[in-house]
Amino acid sequence: MKIFKLFLVIFFIFPIHSLKADNEVLKNKITKNLRCLICQGQSVYDSDSEFANSLKIVVDKKINEGLSEKQIYSYFQSKYGEWILYDPLFNKNTYFLWLLPLLIFFIGGAIVFKNFKKTN
Amino acid sequence: MKNKLLPTTITFIFIIIFIVFFKGLKDTNIYTPETKINNEVPSLSVNLFDTNNTVNTIEIFKSDKFYLLNIWSSWCVPCREEHPILMELKNNNRLKVIGMNYKDNKDNAKNFLKKLGNPYEKIIFDSNGTYAIEWGAYGVPESFLINNNKIIKKYIGPLNKVSIEEINLFIK
Repeated sequence: MKIFKLFLVIFFIFPIHSLKADNEVLKNKITKNLRCLICQGQSVYDSDSEFANSLKIVVDKKINEGLSEKQIYSYFQSKYGEWILYDPLFNKNTYFLWLLPLLIFFIGGAIVFKNFKKTN
Repeated sequence: MKNKLLPTTITFIFIIIFIVFFKGLKDTNIYTPETKINNEVPSLSVNLFDTNNTVNTIEIFKSDKFYLLNIWSSWCVPCREEHPILMELKNNNRLKVIGMNYKDNKDNAKNFLKKLGNPYEKIIFDSNGTYAIEWGAYGVPESFLINNNKIIKKYIGPLNKVSIEEINLFIK
């Protein structure tokens, strides 16, 4: 009976703790990608300003409401603009930003491949 | 033709990089927030300062009048500076001034209003600053001009004579 009770305790407590830990990891990840708009070069995670502390509470609230990481970023973007995100989302304003390194990589790769073929 | 491909590609890439960096040089590295916005008033359940009752923000800003939502705090020095301007705006019957008390001690806030006057028709009590985030605010003092359930202008920092003139132009 004792073992059964212990099993029940572990069964019910362990998932709650792991869920809380998951939420904490997600919260840290999100706040590290949000810029503290009133600080100099600090993320919301790093800052202890009034603005950053309130923002951390809102992130926590949104995670508990069941919003995904992307939805939370979109939410803050709608309130403060794209500048709040350290990692800008893929949209028509950032196509060039995201695709240029890939383009350079492929052009460079093609040149290397061509030269390699030529020497062989 | 084959020999020209490599220098042409490298030149092309360098031109692109040059354009990007040259354009970047002209941009200011000081963040300037957008003040002309056209967002809808966020629908939130908020606590009122006087009664502790919970109301929805849509209820507060429901009529087609102009509203000025002012975020303030008793510990904020620039809020004291702009207070006479808010008292002046209170007398304008085309505008309703609504307050949002930000991360404050209620007794200190009450003393602040007792000493300097109360320009607010209603005051929202934002104990942890989350309502302000929902409004897209940065801190105190900050004001939002609202009409027809839309935020039409945001004033970051204390209101001054220039902002008053602008508000008067909007509500004329």
